[in-house]
Amino acid sequence: MTTRIFGSGIKRREDPRLITGEARYTDDIKLPGVLHMAVVRSPYAHANIVSIDSSAAEAMDGVVAVYTSDDIGDGLAGLPTAWLIPDSDLKTPEHPALAKGKVRYVGDGVAIVLADDRYRAQDAADAVVVDYEELPAVIDPEEAAGEGAPLIHDDVEGNIAFRWVMGDREASDAVFDAADVVVSERILQQRLLPTAMEPRAAMAQYNPATQELTLWCTSQNPHIHRFIISAVTGLNENKVRVIAPEVGGGFGSKIPCYPDEALVSWASIKLGVPVKWTETRSENYLITIHGRDHVQHVEMAASNDGTLLGVRATVYAGMGGYLSTAAPGIPTILHGLLYVGPYTMGSVFCESIGVMTNGTPTDAYRGAGRPEATFLLERMVDNVARKIGMDPVEVRRKNLIPAFEDGYEVATTLIYDSGDYPAAFEKALDMAGYGDFRRQQKSAEADGRYLGIGVTAYTEMCGLGPSQVAGAVGFQGGLWESATVRVTPTGKVQALIGASPHGQGSETTLAQIIAEELGFPVDDIEVIHGDTTETPMGWGTYGSRTTPVTGAALAQASRKLKDKARVLAAHLMEANVDDIEYADGSFSVKGSPDQAQSIQEVALMAHLAWNMPEGMDPGFEESQFYDPPNFVYPFGTHIAIVEVDAETGVIDLQRYIAVDDCGPQINPEIVAGQIHGGVVQGAAQALCEGAIYSDDGQLLTGSMMDYCMPKADMFPNFELGETVTPSPHHPVGVKGVGETGTIASTPTVYNAVLDALAPLGVTQIDMPLTSAKVWSAIQSARA
Amino acid sequence: MWPNKFDYVRAGSVDEALSSITDDGKFLAGGHSLLPVMKLRLDAPEQLVDIGRIPELQGISANGGLTIGAGATHDAIATSADVQAMCGALASACGQVGDQGVRNFGTLGGNIAHADPASDPPTVLVAVGASVNIQGAGGSRSVGAGDFFVDLFETALDDGELITSVSVPDLSDHQSAYVKFPHPASRYAIVGVCVALKMNDDGSCDHAHVAVGGATVKAVRCSSAEAALAGTTVDDAAVNAAAEAVKSDISEWLAGDIAYPESYRQQMAGVFLKRAVAVAQG
Ligand SMILES: Cc1cc2nc3c(=O)[nH]c(=O)nc-3n(C[C@H](O)[C@H](O)[C@H](O)COP(=O)(O)OP(=O)(O)OC[C@H]3O[C@@H](n4cnc5c(N)ncnc54)[C@H](O)[C@@H]3O)c2cc1C
Repeated sequence: MTTRIFGSGIKRREDPRLITGEARYTDDIKLPGVLHMAVVRSPYAHANIVSIDSSAAEAMDGVVAVYTSDDIGDGLAGLPTAWLIPDSDLKTPEHPALAKGKVRYVGDGVAIVLADDRYRAQDAADAVVVDYEELPAVIDPEEAAGEGAPLIHDDVEGNIAFRWVMGDREASDAVFDAADVVVSERILQQRLLPTAMEPRAAMAQYNPATQELTLWCTSQNPHIHRFIISAVTGLNENKVRVIAPEVGGGFGSKIPCYPDEALVSWASIKLGVPVKWTETRSENYLITIHGRDHVQHVEMAASNDGTLLGVRATVYAGMGGYLSTAAPGIPTILHGLLYVGPYTMGSVFCESIGVMTNGTPTDAYRGAGRPEATFLLERMVDNVARKIGMDPVEVRRKNLIPAFEDGYEVATTLIYDSGDYPAAFEKALDMAGYGDFRRQQKSAEADGRYLGIGVTAYTEMCGLGPSQVAGAVGFQGGLWESATVRVTPTGKVQALIGASPHGQGSETTLAQIIAEELGFPVDDIEVIHGDTTETPMGWGTYGSRTTPVTGAALAQASRKLKDKARVLAAHLMEANVDDIEYADGSFSVKGSPDQAQSIQEVALMAHLAWNMPEGMDPGFEESQFYDPPNFVYPFGTHIAIVEVDAETGVIDLQRYIAVDDCGPQINPEIVAGQIHGGVVQGAAQALCEGAIYSDDGQLLTGSMMDYCMPKADMFPNFELGETVTPSPHHPVGVKGVGETGTIASTPTVYNAVLDALAPLGVTQIDMPLTSAKVWSAIQSARA
Repeated sequence: MWPNKFDYVRAGSVDEALSSITDDGKFLAGGHSLLPVMKLRLDAPEQLVDIGRIPELQGISANGGLTIGAGATHDAIATSADVQAMCGALASACGQVGDQGVRNFGTLGGNIAHADPASDPPTVLVAVGASVNIQGAGGSRSVGAGDFFVDLFETALDDGELITSVSVPDLSDHQSAYVKFPHPASRYAIVGVCVALKMNDDGSCDHAHVAVGGATVKAVRCSSAEAALAGTTVDDAAVNAAAEAVKSDISEWLAGDIAYPESYRQQMAGVFLKRAVAVAQG
């Protein structure tokens, strides 16, 4: 018996090309005769465009054209918002590809220049003279929703794009009125800049003779891009081909369809030549979506014995200057529905107000709404513990939902699939040595050293998701996936998927699923993705859904093939189907093991079709559409131990323990990689990342000189553990693990720091916890 | 990412560099400050005169003091046995610049000509009283490091003048240290403190050199902190007094950014002075 491929930590097959620089990204693709597009961008956060003079630019060497929104006219429809939250009085203000009369954030496109060379295009863009009439700007979402704030869109009264309410306000009030204790906090979920390693890029090639448009772009969901590009250009969807070549990370920022992708498409149609645009890092920080940006007013009710009774919050969610593709769904459906977490808490209420501001548009960023929910929950649990004088670990232990195997309905109406929260919780505490730490902490304090511990229990909803639910919550698409498993005559496998992985290692993981199901060697299986013409329809890679949803489609397609193979093998061996046994890619006849047909032999015979059973079609290929019956709910417990240098405010993250349960792990190395990256990203929100704007809407953290990306030396070696609780509804039991690290780590690290600072009297600091802020908080508490 | 157009000349000698440079030209050394600025189009010189391969600008020599060629890289300085022996703080400062790639390209001449207030080497040069040797079309001159740095990104260099080398006194009988509090984003200095102590046999401090950078618009020599240490045994009381004094020494030069404001950096100068003294005393 060979080692099982499912569960084996084989190396990522993606890595050789990525590490050696042989991967081919959008910008690497060179087409003859290509024109380069540079975009003239607004330097103001809010201004009327008085005039645009492009004459000097047009006269420059190599410049083919300069276009403004007047030139585009109705050649491009506005970019759509594709998550239309019902019952929220949603307004979807027009989002033109180039600003019409008014700019709404720094970086808003005003004109495009097309030139034969990227440098010349930039020179000409600098030479376009735009006369602006500056208007007052507003960045803070709560302020933007307040009296007297500048109006950003005439048709969005009070800047309020939507108001979404979850739960029964009166019932919630009754719980809070009767509770022994209520704690409250104003939590700032600062804006984050997604910072994928590869910035965005797009290149369009329109063929006037065939009227076909090919768009290469940095997309997490080429089929959605095709759909939107077809809608905004008016081309038939079957004349649009979208290719996402190698995509260097996205974290959600490559889900939306942006003006730039529409503009290269339009310009290529207009000029009949290919047009290319690649973002600079400075542009990336200005125009690619940002994440988070909530101002939350949160309360939690509890009994004196530590029983959690309810949570309620008013959330002002900054949408930026326009509503990005999925933006309204993030602080609502993906946020409020997570308010129960892993606890038995019975009352939830959320009012989420989507507010237009003069910031860069926001949208899904790794975790998307769920980190913002988990943070507020875990922060409030620590506040409850402090208020009633109980150990925060005891409060959590007391309220955890007991183990369940198939369905647990919570107050938000979600039905969690499976979980054993106490097991993961106790395992993590054991790994951390919680009791010892508390003693160590006390003695350190006596020496004037400040140690702290943060413990987060979490569950989250991913593997998005049942299409019926998508429809009910206004998502303008399905959330199923499809896949084809195609076996060549020589027994090699091509798996074609509609999802579009971009760094996660799915080419490896998904091949392992097929290898497990069909017995082909894993190296004989290729996973093909990212091209709307080559691959079947799919809704994309986000929401930790590719392994759960595409993986299920592949498992089921493989099972169909296996059924066919079994019948064909029986026929070829002149045996009864019921007598066929399968093991390790080989079909044999019960009782006579020397008579066997390998899966490769069966595949060949299916292709040759010389000798098929009655009624069986030739070929060896199966497709499967898979619509998940429920979300999947991974869970776990994370623990951070920190020391704060009270003299400087510098935080030293000394230990990080993560016990995650994503069901059976297909590839433990890849799971660990996802958790490592996720933890770093989430911890960075607590410790150092945060976009800062000036009052007039200039992004002050416009480069990595000021925007603090996490660095490897900020982190200890992570101590990972796992529990395994299969999802009952999934063909191979797996849950997603792409976002758990990010979701759990921010409150873990934050609570650890505040725990360390408790003896000094510090109770709250807005994230990120820079040393300057920590130091000031210590000074104020001492004063 | 897309610099404006420029002409490029590679100079083989100092004379050739000086005769090639035009009014709108700039010298190009390691390119690790100049090119980023050009890529962001914050600067657009019409001509670059590459001085990176001029033999006269290379090398480090020790002869009663150090003469460090303007073209010496941070790495060459950090790993030079002579620099480590005569001015350990400078070797340490250069070893803390950026990462290995930056240290392999960035030069001392380029670093000080650029005069980024958060740079590391200037703080040491100012503390120890180094001098900057400059050559121009009209001849050569030498300027004390304390006078060389004028303000944010501003030096005593005139247009078309080239730094040829930096002279550093032999402080092998001092205990010196450069301690840096790196900005978490850029890893430049939030504050950098250089201390060099000359101790007498009786355990008292003959004199001290102290300078602060990062927290200030330029590296600043801190005379009252030096006075607070001189004549003492560098005990806790003296070090605390120096830590207080350093904050007033830099008070008129403070600089900060959105995340690490002036007030915080000023306080940290005191904290890091104490840490620098501790490191110097080993
Ligand atoms: C990622 C990164 C991190 C960094 N981190 C740090 C850090 O932590 N600490 C730190 O101190 N620095 C840091 N630096 C800056 C680094 O030290 C630079 O190398 C140095 O500032 C410039 O040296 P250069 O040789 O590259 O100069 P260049 O970039 O070539 O030139 C800089 C300027 O100096 C002028 N110039 C160059 N040589 C001479 C000369 N001989 N005479 C007259 N003018 C001259 C040029 O015309 C130009 O105006 C960092 C840089 C990078 C890119």
